[in-house]
Formats: sequence, structure tokens, C-alpha cells
Amino acid sequence: MSYSAWILLTASLVGMSCGLVGVLLILRRMAMMADAISHSVLLGIVVAYLVTLQLSGIHMFIGAIIAGLVTALLVQSFHQLGVQQEASIGIVFTTLFAIGVILISTKAGNAHLDIQHSLMGEITFIPWNTVELPFVGSVPMAVVSLSIVLLIVLLVLLLFYKEWKLTSFDPVFAASIGIPVTLMHYIFMSLVSITSVAAFDAVGAIMVVAMLITPASAAYLWTDKLPTMLVLSCSFGVAAAWIGYYVAVWLDTSISGAMAFATGIIFLISFIAAPRYGIIAKHRRSRASAALTEHA
Amino acid sequence: MERVSNMNEAIVVNRLSAAYRKTEVLSQVSFTVKPGTLTSIVGPNGAGKSTLIKSMLELHPRTAGEVSFLGQPYQKAKKKIGYVPQRGSVDWDFPTDALDVVLMGLYGKIGWLKLPRKSDREQAMEALRSMGMEQYANRQISQLSGGQQQRVFLARALVQDAELYFLDEPLAGVDAATERIIMDTLQQLKNRGRTVMVVHHDLQTVEDYYDHVLLLNRTVVAHGPTDEVFTAEQLHRTYGGALRWMREKV
Repeated sequence: MSYSAWILLTASLVGMSCGLVGVLLILRRMAMMADAISHSVLLGIVVAYLVTLQLSGIHMFIGAIIAGLVTALLVQSFHQLGVQQEASIGIVFTTLFAIGVILISTKAGNAHLDIQHSLMGEITFIPWNTVELPFVGSVPMAVVSLSIVLLIVLLVLLLFYKEWKLTSFDPVFAASIGIPVTLMHYIFMSLVSITSVAAFDAVGAIMVVAMLITPASAAYLWTDKLPTMLVLSCSFGVAAAWIGYYVAVWLDTSISGAMAFATGIIFLISFIAAPRYGIIAKHRRSRASAALTEHA
Repeated sequence: MERVSNMNEAIVVNRLSAAYRKTEVLSQVSFTVKPGTLTSIVGPNGAGKSTLIKSMLELHPRTAGEVSFLGQPYQKAKKKIGYVPQRGSVDWDFPTDALDVVLMGLYGKIGWLKLPRKSDREQAMEALRSMGMEQYANRQISQLSGGQQQRVFLARALVQDAELYFLDEPLAGVDAATERIIMDTLQQLKNRGRTVMVVHHDLQTVEDYYDHVLLLNRTVVAHGPTDEVFTAEQLHRTYGGALRWMREKV
């Protein structure tokens, strides 16, 4: 495969995983948690690197899951002790992220980890960091890890589809019929963590938030059905990846930046033109009802 | 349907206490409820009515006390209990329709790793029909009125086919038609031997709707048959000065 085909594939995989996880983030009103976890996984990655002296593979994912769960647990405990939820999120992830930054610059400075990279990602280098796989040959490492993550996300989402739906819509009722709501919350936080860390290399900690939140928010405006919302959110993620790549090539700018920008454009179009919840439709409806009251 | 006939009490609550953060909201609550009764839980704002239900059902931590349902602790009796949360506790913009919400009442029975079958859908549809809601089955839930949303919630509890029902303010903000349908349904449940407890706000309808009353203000003020307990004196003990204001308003 050509250089740009690998980049497009990588970005599309990011778009799909983030699109799926993002729908649940939006429906559970946890968009800010995505921001938190996508930053604190950096600490997980750095600590995993310092412990194992390896920068790839399963160690990074374990480190990220632990960092994600620690973030979720700390946010929850501070909140229970009386700190506002949003403030608690802001305090926890910035602190963990800062520890990660300090560790990179003091202990891991000569590794492939640097702060610029972790914030912005570097999708342009991805095709060169390859592994040899049986049958398929040389494949970029990021494509392998993103494919595994997408598979895990899809599997967990589909196997427990009705439980995800119920715990997102009505957690209290879910608990009353015996669904382990808290356990599912932490499983979901783990999914957010592995998705973030897999997308981290490609798009970095800031852009991954755009990929998680924006396509799902746009999809929310187009439909009243959860399955449709999941499909749309994935499609918007992939579309943003492709648009972003070609815009970046055309303007010779950052690919991840252009991709995040593309998610914003897709959201803006949805916000204006979505059939029922877009502002044009809303405006039409309010004019129609005003006309109706006039006649009555 | 298998029914426990030798059980004298449907619900036994023994010295239950509960707190929010460090503030105690329920203190030493004890009462027993006979099977086949329809009980309203009545008390001023902040009396702990919702918290009582939630801590009985282990949805809110208890600081002390035991509760048994048909002679069993909650974890064992769970499948025999139906719960209707306050309508305002969920996001009605959630992308789903009325039938789908009713189906959620069957998730416990359907079990893990399985999807609802045709028979489940039919059962959910039947529950919607009994609430006069069949024509709204495929409507997005935010497009329903408050009363219709409440009927969907009750239909979801009905498909659970429980022995004991707990409803948190099912009549809050609903239209007259919905109020009648809900109260008829609860009456039918009672007539079929089910035990129902309802958090209720409107003092004027208590005597018409319920055969038992639990007057609550952080602890049990009075509890028993409506005609014995629902007296001016007991209400005054429950509400204090607030009641005088209500009387004047009426």
C-alpha cells in the first residue's frame, strides 16, 4: 500500500473507534471525561515506558488503562467528597498530565516521546514504524494496534448493547434490575482509555478529544435512533479523516489539525442543516407554529 | 403465578437510616406493609420520601437498618420488585422510542448476551396498550407529553410482572387522563394481590386513591389504614407550620 493509503487507513480506524466510543460519551454526558482521560493516558504511557523501557505494544495499553481508571476513580472520589464534578475533572487530569510532562522531560527525554508529539500526534511518521505480520507482510504498528482496539470496542459494544443503552438512559432503573452499573462505568472508562492511547500516536491528546466528541455530537443531531447514531458517528469520523488528510496535503499543514478542523465543519453543517434538530428546521417549525396560532 | 401465601408481611423495614454526605435524611425508619395493599408515602419536601424508596432498594446507601421483601433481603427479592423512578431523573432526548423504553423492563428476564425477541416485543406492546399508548409505540420519547412519558415508565414496570411495586411521584406534572389511567392500573395491581408503595404529593387525593398511608418526615410520623392515619392532627405533626399555608391555599 502507498504511503498516503496507510495514513488514510490509520485515520479512518481512529475515526471509527472514536466515533463509536464518542456516542456513549455523549449519551452518558461524559464529554469532559474524554478530555481528562485522553490527557492522563500520557502519564500511563510514560510510566509504562519507564518500567519496561519499551514504547510499544501491550505495556502501553495496560499503562493507559490504569491511568484512565485512576482518573475516573479520583474524579469520582473528589466529587463524593464535595468538589464539583467539572472542577474535580479539571484538577485530576491536569495534575496527572503535568506529572507525565515532567517525567518525559526529566527521565524519558531521549525516547520517541516528546511533548509536542503527545499533544499533536504525528501521523506522518506512522507508515515508517512497521511490524512484520504473517500473511499480510509489513504493516504500520499503529494500524495493528488501532485495528485491535476497534475490534475490542465493537465486540464490547455489541455484546452488551442493550446494557449500554439502558445504563446510559436510566442508570438508576438499570441498577434496580440488577445490572452492575458501576462495573460497566469502569469498563467504559477502560474503553475510552484504550481508544485514546491507540489514537494518541496518530492524532495526539488534543485532537483525539475532537475525534471522540464532535462526530458523535453531529450524529446526535441527525437521528432519533441509537443504531443510526452509531453508524453516522463512525461515518462522520471517517469522513473527517479523509477530508482532513486532503486539506492538509493541499494546504501543506498538520494532518491531525486538519482532521480535527474537519470534524468541526461536519458538526457545523449538522447544526445548521440537520432535518429536525438543525437551526433551519427549528426556525421553520417556530414560524409554522406562529402562523398556526395566528390563524387560530 | 406462584404466590407466597403464608407470608404475613410484604415489606418489613427495621430501623433504617440514610444520609446524604454527612447530613442524616432518614432516621430509624421502621414499618411493615401487608401484601395486597396500596400505600402512599406522604410528607413535606425534604422529608426523605424518594430516599426512603432508594435506600430500601439499595440504590442509595443505608447507614443502618434492614429491609426485607416477602421475607427475603433485597438481593434475593430483586426480581420480584418493580421500580418507577421520577420522570425527571432521565434524559428524554435519548435516541430511543416508547416501545424500546418499555422493553427495558424485560432486560432482566432476557438476560446477558441476548436481544429482545418477538414475544418480548409483543409483551411490551401489550403493556403500552393497557396504558392507552399503543399509537405512540414508535415515537421518539422527547416527542411525548409529560403524562405520556409517565405512562411509558409505568408500562416498563408492568412488563416486569413484579410482586412489589415502588413508584416515585408518578403523578407529578401529569394530565387528568394520565392520572386516572395510572391510579386505575395501581388499583388493578392491588386487586391482583400485588403490593404497591407510591410517593405522593397531593394531599387532597390521598383518601380517594390509597388504602394505607405512611406519613414521613425523616422518620415515620404515622402509618396505617388511611381512615385511621390521615387525620388533621397527624398531618399537622408531619408538616408542622407548612400545612396551615396549604389549607389556606385550598
